[in-house]
Amino acid sequence: MNIMIVGVGGQGTLLASRIIGAAAINLGGDVKLSEVHGMSQRGGSVVTYVRYGESVASPIIEEGEADVILAFEQLEAYRYISYLKEGGSYIVNTQKTDPMPVITGAMEYPADILAKMEGMGIRVTACDALSLAKEAGNIKATNVVLIGVMAKHTNISKEEWEEAIRQTVPAKFLEVNLAAFRLGYEA
Amino acid sequence: MKKLMLGNEAVARGAFEAGVTVASSYPGTPSTEITEFIAKYDEIYSEWAPNEKVAVETAIGASTAGGRALSAMKHVGLNVAADPLFTVSYIGTNGGLVLVVADDPGMHSSQNEQDSRHYAIGAKVPMLEPSDSAECKEFTKKAFEISEEFDTPVILRLTTRVAHSQSLVDLEDRQEVGVREYKKDIAKNVMIPANARPKHVMVEERTKKLAAFGETSDLNRVEMRDTKIGIIAAGISYQYAREACPTASILKLGMIHPMPEQRIRDFASKVDTLYVVEQLDPVIETYVRGLGISVIGKEKFTLLGEYSAQMLRETILGEKAKETKKAEEIIPVRPPVMCPGCSHRGVFYVLKKLGLTVTGDIGCYSLGCAKPLEAIDTIVCMGGSITAAHGMEKARGKDFARKTVAVLGDSTFIHSGITGLIDVVYNKGTTTTIILDNSITGMTGHQQNPSTGFTIKNEPTRNVDLEMLCHAVGVDRVVIADPFDVDNFEKVVKEGIAAEEPSVIIAQRPCALIKKAGYTGLYVINDKCKNCKLCMKLGCPAISLTEKGPKIDETLCVGCGLCPNVCKFGAIERVEK
Ligand SMILES: Cc1ncc(C[n+]2csc(CCOP(=O)(O)OP(=O)(O)O)c2C)c(N)n1
Repeated sequence: MNIMIVGVGGQGTLLASRIIGAAAINLGGDVKLSEVHGMSQRGGSVVTYVRYGESVASPIIEEGEADVILAFEQLEAYRYISYLKEGGSYIVNTQKTDPMPVITGAMEYPADILAKMEGMGIRVTACDALSLAKEAGNIKATNVVLIGVMAKHTNISKEEWEEAIRQTVPAKFLEVNLAAFRLGYEA
Repeated sequence: MKKLMLGNEAVARGAFEAGVTVASSYPGTPSTEITEFIAKYDEIYSEWAPNEKVAVETAIGASTAGGRALSAMKHVGLNVAADPLFTVSYIGTNGGLVLVVADDPGMHSSQNEQDSRHYAIGAKVPMLEPSDSAECKEFTKKAFEISEEFDTPVILRLTTRVAHSQSLVDLEDRQEVGVREYKKDIAKNVMIPANARPKHVMVEERTKKLAAFGETSDLNRVEMRDTKIGIIAAGISYQYAREACPTASILKLGMIHPMPEQRIRDFASKVDTLYVVEQLDPVIETYVRGLGISVIGKEKFTLLGEYSAQMLRETILGEKAKETKKAEEIIPVRPPVMCPGCSHRGVFYVLKKLGLTVTGDIGCYSLGCAKPLEAIDTIVCMGGSITAAHGMEKARGKDFARKTVAVLGDSTFIHSGITGLIDVVYNKGTTTTIILDNSITGMTGHQQNPSTGFTIKNEPTRNVDLEMLCHAVGVDRVVIADPFDVDNFEKVVKEGIAAEEPSVIIAQRPCALIKKAGYTGLYVINDKCKNCKLCMKLGCPAISLTEKGPKIDETLCVGCGLCPNVCKFGAIERVEK
């Protein structure tokens, strides 16, 4: 199973990958997870790869290999479409964050990204995760809402996902995060 | 117990289990977490040193005294520490000494793509290269054993994908190796020519013994499968080779210097076509060719950037890349930017406005070279800003110094900027230096440094007083200013460059991501906005242009208060979150 998480530095992609990692370990097979640190707080485009199965060699997911892509931002979703496997699922947070070329006016933020992706035959599950996180009680839980949306597209059960969240999230944020997960799962 | 661990965390675990006594490092991506994780073990004394040379020398001292010692750094850090490395190779060790160096093929966060393996060859020390987290831990422990058995420092080489990937690791207990006896031994530890000459003989002998060790050690291993294709690989390239060519035979090198000649010959003789798969320079390939063995290497594989399994499938197996979906328009890039609230933003806003020549340095503020600020002229290496400005003045004359400033961060100033400032004073330069004092080492993820007043374990300590330090080396004009008070900051910069003497401006404001910044609330744009777009010149990611004019994104604004200081119409006001 190959899961990719893409987003903007600072959006909490690292916590999401830790939860996925924990859920994958609990399955008992091999797990590899790869992320590039350093730029993660500086608003750049960030990518994390999680691979699990009987035996995993390379920690990297390459073009055309991702079973699931979890995108925290629309433009970042659009950037990585070539990584999705034929028939794979794309979970997209509808949030938009302008990148610097758009802020400076050098380029425009592409219009109708989700429609364009669907037009290319990509199975997109869109979700306003920010609003659901607000509903759960903390906008920082956007990442866990998205895990909830993704959970249905994996071979890991709802209970196993909740267990992974319990193992990963600090106790004082656990309730908010479990609520966020359930809102995502039911969305 | 099996645990999912970052390669860097596994190196730290290896150091713990190996009974390490002292770890001294300077941060640098992708090596930083090694020492951060070591700092969580109370059994190991750990510290952030001012730079890599200091760190390695401290580790050498600890080793000489009998403790197992480690120093971790990024690839360019080893350049800084190269001087002690080449001589400690002659001295050898008492307690085991391991230097960990993390290369960055693809330059995810580095200024060059150098291959550290040349250092092992040059300094004649063994080098190990793990390919996943389990090996990171195992090889770290092996490195200490080799170091003590062969009386040599050992380099453990990582690359970004090994350092920053997580995989499963078995945890074991710490070996309490203690601290070995210390005896004064001038012939061993004092490297004057008379002692170094016999030591060089020892070093050459040692390399032969290490090569013999590599012939039987399980650090190197042969995986015989189909013999049509044979691949020699180490580190992450081994994983790519396994992924791409699961039926090929592989000679996996765990010790990449010195290399096991006989094992390579044997392996080569058993396969039809031999490939060397290695990122960056042809180090293994050159050695194999030197044995007269024919091999396919850099004529097929690039010297640049990272490899991938797909690339090997194409090159070795002749498989075409999969057809994948592509967008039909150009997707705007999303480069890293200064964070919302970044303390450096005010400085670059002023420098751009004044149109100065700015010699830059390495840190978060390097991002000042990007659009829309584009306020940096040069960046070479850490500490290279003040000296660059000084050299410019000496080449072009004093008038040029009237419109030039050097900028560098607090950590960088202490790392190697201070020596440049001494050069300016001593050689009668008139450079203006701006120290961007954000009270932290920001770029590498917030490490304490000698100017912050805290140790790696967040214990309070005596801090270097930057102002006094500048005075002490002979700079009379030292001004402390808040870079968010843009009008005053502009005035201070103008006065600094006008003065025909060395000036230092300490731009003091904490990094927005640390507690000390204490920002609350956020800012919104009200209807006094005349749409002049001056605030857009700040390049703040939280401010973007809509049809109705600039707008502040509530999820991104941290409430730093810089934008209201540049607005001429009082149109930006604070609200509570
Ligand atoms: C020789 C060397 N060692 C380490 C690094 C990694 N590195 C890049 S920037 C930086 C520190 C920057 O800290 P500071 O000067 O305080 O600036 P800030 O990022 O906080 O703005 C480090 C350690 C490097 N590039 N070169």
